[in-house]
Amino acid sequence: MGLRVLAAMSGGVDSATAAARAVDAGHDVTGVHLALSQNPQSYRSGARGCCTLEDARDARRAADVVGIPFYVWDMAERFKQDVVDDFVAEYAAGRTPNPCLRCNEKIKFAAVLDRALALGFDAVCTGHYARIDGDGALNRAADPGKDQSYVLAVLTRDQIAHAMFPLGDTPKAQVREEARDRGLLVADKPDSHDVCFIADGDTRGFLARQLGSAPGRIVDQDGTVLGQHDGAYGFTIGQRKGLRVDRPAPGGQPRYVLSIEPVTKTVTVGPVSGLEVSEITAERPVWTGCAPPREPVECDVQLRAHGEVHPCVAWLAGDDVRIQLRAPARAVAAGQAAVLYRGDTVLGSGTISAVR
Amino acid sequence: MLPEAIAAMTEELARLGNPSSLHNAGRRARRVVEESREQIAEVFGARASEVIFTSGGTEADNLAVKGLFWARRTADERRTRLLTTAVEHHAVLDSVRWLADTEGACADWLRVDSAGAVTPEVLRSALECDPASTAMVSVMWANNEVGTVQPVPALAAVAHEFGVPFHTDAVQAAGQLEVNFGTCGADALTVTGHKIGGPVGAGALILGRGVNLVPVLHGGGQERDIRSGTLDAPAIRAFAVAAEISAHRRVSEAVRLAALRDDLIRQVLAAVPDAILNGPPAGPDRLPGNAHFSFPGCEGDALLLLLDARGIACSTGSACTAGVAEPSHVLLAMGADEERARGSLRFSLGHTTTQADVDALGACIGEAVARARRAAAR
Repeated sequence: MGLRVLAAMSGGVDSATAAARAVDAGHDVTGVHLALSQNPQSYRSGARGCCTLEDARDARRAADVVGIPFYVWDMAERFKQDVVDDFVAEYAAGRTPNPCLRCNEKIKFAAVLDRALALGFDAVCTGHYARIDGDGALNRAADPGKDQSYVLAVLTRDQIAHAMFPLGDTPKAQVREEARDRGLLVADKPDSHDVCFIADGDTRGFLARQLGSAPGRIVDQDGTVLGQHDGAYGFTIGQRKGLRVDRPAPGGQPRYVLSIEPVTKTVTVGPVSGLEVSEITAERPVWTGCAPPREPVECDVQLRAHGEVHPCVAWLAGDDVRIQLRAPARAVAAGQAAVLYRGDTVLGSGTISAVR
Repeated sequence: MLPEAIAAMTEELARLGNPSSLHNAGRRARRVVEESREQIAEVFGARASEVIFTSGGTEADNLAVKGLFWARRTADERRTRLLTTAVEHHAVLDSVRWLADTEGACADWLRVDSAGAVTPEVLRSALECDPASTAMVSVMWANNEVGTVQPVPALAAVAHEFGVPFHTDAVQAAGQLEVNFGTCGADALTVTGHKIGGPVGAGALILGRGVNLVPVLHGGGQERDIRSGTLDAPAIRAFAVAAEISAHRRVSEAVRLAALRDDLIRQVLAAVPDAILNGPPAGPDRLPGNAHFSFPGCEGDALLLLLDARGIACSTGSACTAGVAEPSHVLLAMGADEERARGSLRFSLGHTTTQADVDALGACIGEAVARARRAAAR
């Protein structure tokens, strides 16, 4: 007996193929395109792959080819509140957010999943590349280049229990081929990338329009003023280019952004050694692959999307998770997720709040 | 489409001939078109020469609104005012807005009551305040969303007191109500084939012979030089066949649909006691095949999904270009707030609708509404 499945269809090749596979698996599938932009025309240019008018039409056409009912759900208001405004507020607070992760947490597997369950559906199906194992834990995709478990690790066990990722075991190239065989015209559509709600890809310009000018000082580790900036949100931890610092560093070593202090709007720069981090505190942890570790556990941690993994020890410290790295990592930004893995299995995840 | 219309269209498609051509095949096609024109004229109480074939209702509305506006303003440049209602079909609404945005027209929206009707008094006071500036009046015969029937003969009479031409979009009324161009007093009237069992792609503007109108399409000068373009003889013939049959069946069909509609309203209100029937009460002021409700606490698109899954097709009104369901402009014009407008559904009954369909809706609407309410409460 199949499940009643709501397939979120972005208009891209992955979600279309995922919906088709859910049908093949015997489920009763309904397609939904999430309208995320309050003013779709404004997002029209640039192939970001999920919120233009063309994407809505591509999704509808794919649903027709797959042979499933199709609706458009207006999630623009929720998306603005929970993803766009959050993105801006996080930058304003000196952190580096991941909007895709937030969208999964608050929109696709919260607002959409809640509505789907209330309307009598059993699960939400997406084209994400990740796997769910027999124990209900999240695992990396078979295609390491496409693995999206990092941006899904924020989901709770209950959310994962109602999620379906039919592409997790398949390499992307094979998905494209399959889409072509199925007659899905989106087979050759380019992958979506960057931040979908910033059509021109200029994050700094977008933030400047949202936050306005907020000048501050650029200092070195001793507090010596090296220059001025128009807004600390224009910097990310580990950034090297575009620092606009006149004086060269002693010994000619390159300088990097080491920290961003939002209240005084002070950006501290320094040598690469200043980027090294060996202890990380992450807040609001979720544990989906193990019980909350009251004793330190050996595992690996990933600190940014598509980033490398670092061997570590992690344990629960009050409401937070404390992560001790075996070897220092560089450029760890607050606001990013710290995702703990054992092998391919996600143990848990938290939002980086402090580093040392 | 009615089987008779399909048969007529199929037969005609197999023949060749441009009705504008002088050779034998052209003459034969011309005869088909002219006989169809006469049939359609008779059905709608018009003279054959008053029937201008178009590609459908949207084109006929554009032709009437833009063509009358241009002609009237050319004759007297003070005439820039367009009087219409905010509950019109988008073919009229957006033509009026386009003229206001780009052609120097001034749109004046006639107030409608809570049932969506405009009264002759409202039109009179709008005309009285500045009759010399008014280019035309356009008020639909029956509303496509909430089924309101407008007092067209009385409205046309008021417009004529002030010497202003009157257009009515009768697309929804045709086939359900008696639509008589000659007696209703309108100067221009829109009808279309696919709403009466004919094909998509054939419609007409019925236009009084003395009415001046500037064409929208220019070219070969067909249709009294008002609508150029090669005529689609097969579609026109099928339109005429459907018009005749629907006129023949109209009275008995209207009685049948009204009875089904009344039962549908009864069953829905029994299952969902706080549902609100939008538009006029069941009776002569409402299209027989229309029922339209607001379900407080529901989102219309959630309800549509649930009913669609049970084989019941209904409509939430209109969708924007991206496909997002938007609150109905008709309900908003009638004074409904956005939440009520969003929680609305239209049920249309037609020649294929049966008592079993109504009973199927009655059996599942209660549970669907309860579920949609739980979804909206989240």
